[in-house]
Amino acid sequence: MNSTSVARTARAIALGALGIVLLGVIWEVYKLLGPAAGFELFGVQLLPRTSDVAMPHLWDMLARALAPANTSAASQPVWLAVALACLSSLGTAAMGLLVGAVVGFGLALVMLRLRVAESAILPWLVLSQTVPLIALAPVIVSWGGRVQIGEFEWQRWMSVAVIASYLAFFPVAVGALRGLQSPLVAQQELMHSFAAGWWKTLLHLRLPASVPYLIPALRLGAASAIIGTVVAEVSTGAKGGIGRLIIEYAQSGSSDPAKAWSPIAGAVLMGLAAAGIVALVALTLGRFRRNEVTA
Amino acid sequence: MSPASGVKAVEVTGVTKTFPTKAGLVTALDDVALSVAPGEFVSLIGPSGCGKSTLLRLIADLDTPTAGSITVFGKSARQARLDQDYGIAFQTAGLLPWRSVTANIELPLQLHGAERAQRRDRVAELIELVGLSEFAGSYPEQLSGGMQQRVAIARALAERPELLLMDEPFGALDEMTRERMQSELVRICGETGAAVIFVTHSIPEAVFLSDRVVVMSPRPGRIREVVEVRLGDARGEALREEAAFFTSVTDVREALHGTPGAPAARGVESR
Repeated sequence: MNSTSVARTARAIALGALGIVLLGVIWEVYKLLGPAAGFELFGVQLLPRTSDVAMPHLWDMLARALAPANTSAASQPVWLAVALACLSSLGTAAMGLLVGAVVGFGLALVMLRLRVAESAILPWLVLSQTVPLIALAPVIVSWGGRVQIGEFEWQRWMSVAVIASYLAFFPVAVGALRGLQSPLVAQQELMHSFAAGWWKTLLHLRLPASVPYLIPALRLGAASAIIGTVVAEVSTGAKGGIGRLIIEYAQSGSSDPAKAWSPIAGAVLMGLAAAGIVALVALTLGRFRRNEVTA
Repeated sequence: MSPASGVKAVEVTGVTKTFPTKAGLVTALDDVALSVAPGEFVSLIGPSGCGKSTLLRLIADLDTPTAGSITVFGKSARQARLDQDYGIAFQTAGLLPWRSVTANIELPLQLHGAERAQRRDRVAELIELVGLSEFAGSYPEQLSGGMQQRVAIARALAERPELLLMDEPFGALDEMTRERMQSELVRICGETGAAVIFVTHSIPEAVFLSDRVVVMSPRPGRIREVVEVRLGDARGEALREEAAFFTSVTDVREALHGTPGAPAARGVESR
């Protein structure tokens, strides 16, 4: 790393931190100066109330995060409960992303191999993403409940992972297909002139050429898997994850308003962690990313 | 590896190629015949749409003729492709950006399952041949257009083909680089002894490089005339200023334009 790239990285970190600080400042300034009852227009709430219930102080949220979650003597601090829930959800989301990536890539390969499949499958893929998750969740839970093979028994978190993969496979399938189709005609003809068949062309030309498209697709897929996991945890009632914790803490909203913000912050950090993990994977593929596209 | 005596490197007989388009059937090539001897350098020249690239693609088995037959070293074009009897270079170098110079040249050897040690030796030879030893570890984006094209030529030569097919390989290069690449190509062909079929737009380029220049005309694509050049094996930069060179340039130009003094055919550079 030379001095200019160090300077650039430092600048990016500083700007990112500044953005977060600015958000905090806006929060506190509005709380201080905004109308106590918020602002309503034709019965629609446009600006929030500034009471401590609706908008707790940032330092109250932080203090609440460090305090025990409930009054029992053995209670964990809130931040630890949130962190453990995030880890659990992250694991589920990772499984969902893995399954989604494998399925998405497999679909892309089928569509690449068979032109007919592309026109037959692609519209359904787009359609699949318009089905509301809330409608899907009970169906998948009820199907999962019937799966029992020997010792193996379907767990609730597996339903959550399936729903997460349902969201994650789509960007991967579309990105992978674009990437696999990206080699120039000249490059394809070159492989043909080398008498390389479909598989060798796939291995030596199409797969490496797809990497610059796959990385952004995986990034989108990871974000989708996180959202899918949180929403699915809420709608299936799966225990142990951050989705459950968001609901649980929100229910104590009026008596303990600062507590509800901890799992929300946790979910945001979890999303950032997922993006970071994908970025780390991408680092190892540097030489294939000479012409990365932005998605 | 040298082919049996008397067998032509390329034998094209009565080849016709038509393409269906929205405007109807287009005849890209009409009853074309051409034969190229082993070690011979033949250029195809003509205005846009005369089918010279189509003819090269048919020989390379990247496309199949509508009628007629093509043999390469006595085999079908398809079999010659499967046996890797030819190497090919296009106008765009078509290098794989994630592979270094070495790995790009190595690609055909790797695809055909050559052993690692053998591959390494052959690639080292080829890099030396095209004068890129210092850039063995560089990536394509770090090379100039001329250097990229040298890599493409080295790659085409990797399997020691007896036939080299080149479709305007220097078309995108500036004039100075182009002349230097032409001299390099003459030297490389001398060292490898391969026959070459070379598609070009440029009359001086065709004359400088070739034993014979095949002049084609468009709509439908036909061979109009074959001009014998043969300016000898020792072709240095001085040749470009010799009378014999200009005589041949004039011969090819007149063959292209039909009669002396007729307006220039479109798409042919006379520089």
